[in-house]
Amino acid sequence: MIKIEHLVKNYGSNCALDDVSFEIKKGEIVGFLGPNGAGKSTTMNILTGYLSSTSGSVSVAGLDVLEYPLEVKKHIGYLPEQPPLYLDMTVKEYLNFAYDLKDCKLKRTEHLEEICEVVKIKDVYHRVIKNLSKGYRQRVGIAQALIGNPEVIIFDEPTVGLDPKQIIEVRNLLRTLGKDHTIILSTHILQEVQAVCDRIIIINKGRIVADELTENITRAVQNNRRFTLKVCGPQKEVLATLRSIKGIIYAESLAQRDGDAYAYMIESETGVDIRKPLFYALAEKKWPLVGLEATGMSLEDVFVAIVDHTEPKARYEKRSSAKRSIRSEAEQDIAKKLVDDAKEKQGGERSALFDDDAK
Amino acid sequence: MFAIFKKELRSYFINAIGYVFAGVFLAVSALLCCFTTLQNKSYSTSSYFTTVLFLLIIIIPLLTMRLFAEEKKLRTEQMLLTAPVSIGGMIMGKFLAAFTMFGGGVLLSCINFIPLYIYGSKERDGVPYSEMHVGPISSEIISCTIGLLLIGAAFIAIGMFVSSLTENQLAAAVVTVTIIFVMLVLDMLNSYISAYAIRFVLSWFSILTRFSDFTYGMLDFSSILYFISITGVFLFLTARIYDKRRWG
Repeated sequence: MIKIEHLVKNYGSNCALDDVSFEIKKGEIVGFLGPNGAGKSTTMNILTGYLSSTSGSVSVAGLDVLEYPLEVKKHIGYLPEQPPLYLDMTVKEYLNFAYDLKDCKLKRTEHLEEICEVVKIKDVYHRVIKNLSKGYRQRVGIAQALIGNPEVIIFDEPTVGLDPKQIIEVRNLLRTLGKDHTIILSTHILQEVQAVCDRIIIINKGRIVADELTENITRAVQNNRRFTLKVCGPQKEVLATLRSIKGIIYAESLAQRDGDAYAYMIESETGVDIRKPLFYALAEKKWPLVGLEATGMSLEDVFVAIVDHTEPKARYEKRSSAKRSIRSEAEQDIAKKLVDDAKEKQGGERSALFDDDAK
Repeated sequence: MFAIFKKELRSYFINAIGYVFAGVFLAVSALLCCFTTLQNKSYSTSSYFTTVLFLLIIIIPLLTMRLFAEEKKLRTEQMLLTAPVSIGGMIMGKFLAAFTMFGGGVLLSCINFIPLYIYGSKERDGVPYSEMHVGPISSEIISCTIGLLLIGAAFIAIGMFVSSLTENQLAAAVVTVTIIFVMLVLDMLNSYISAYAIRFVLSWFSILTRFSDFTYGMLDFSSILYFISITGVFLFLTARIYDKRRWG
């Protein structure tokens, strides 16, 4: 559906995108993840024909963006970072304008009504946009992107500035839309992509540093190596015992107390299931274990790790024509590590399941 | 393009600007008409039209200052530029909306001539105009109106170009006022310049010199072409500004 090849964009001497290539199939929901200034919005702006690229090609539904701009734009619904609202219009006027602008062929009243139903703005339909709250404005922006029922919908940070309830609503909406649209979603909130997207593309400083299915990344993240536990017993001795258990490489006491139980954090060696030895060791000393919780590595940790590892050395180096087939080593390492971890984890889970069956 | 035209036209009336424009233009032009014809006891409308040209200095920026500057500031241009509308279509839509406002104002202001016709027919006392040439000269009024519309179109194109350069409406307005003012007084500079070549060039560019043909009831083809070219060139430049921004 969408094909981006060797996309490069320079703003003056500042390189915003550096050889970005990816492909999105029909019906996929892709999360575009990256810190501020990573090039997310630039990519989206190029995709929608708002900006041009310095080099590289972008095609949507088999049509090149540069050659057939108007045709391509008909396939795309776009919600920019700041929803493009005419504040002095009413929602009705605005949506009608968007309808005319997109030269929509669907039946006007029914189509607009349906969209209002989907994004839940029926009760503000006759109000002036200026007087709407941020959440409603965002929804009107989404409604605008949906007009004409485009095959590809691009959302640039759709949940910024919304309250938690609205965020959940928007995410549900995205999931609903994802059933029959191709969606690209840019965000710097990790839970969001985790909750909504099939695939995650992580971009940093203009380069793609990871492009994986969400489940792989999630699996990599759910690495059961780190636990928080609560044990009733003398703090120092418990800590000493924890440190002496084979397989634990790190233990510390946390500044938390739950009745007479203290909280500790432990980290085990890779590939060791520490839970059983832990139980026996504590049972031997007759210290009740009142809580055990896997902390794992948060998606934030992964994200930060990836981003930190791949700090490009030559950020401001200008690249006019980039045919970089090899990504920097660090990027490859990280991507490989993520997938390997995921596979390992998958294998581990399976064997654990078999253990249970045997019993 | 039609969607943008409709939207712009409506936004003139949602904001106060459309009313301010219509009010100021109609009131001042009526006043000018009164001074230049009725009080002067003259049926000639040429001096009326020449003074109305100076009214354009204030009136045109009112129409053009927000066309692009506001879109840029509110980031709504992103919607227009990512919609299946070409840049040319967008610019033409906006231009036609501003021109419709202006043209509507000019045509409405033609009611100013009704008293002249009434006085004329009273003075002739039943004798038709073809036999007794007393009263306003219709050919002069028509050609001047056409000239005014053409000059207005050129100024609107200039104002749009300036508006597309900035985010600040006020800056756009001030620059447009300056440019239109300079274009109108180009003629007066002539008397201070002794070099014939420069004077020749200046008077060739001068709007007032070219407009004087219209006040004689003449539709000079080269003048018409001149105003249409200015309009075209500045509309083209506006499109280039948008193109350049995409590639920047």
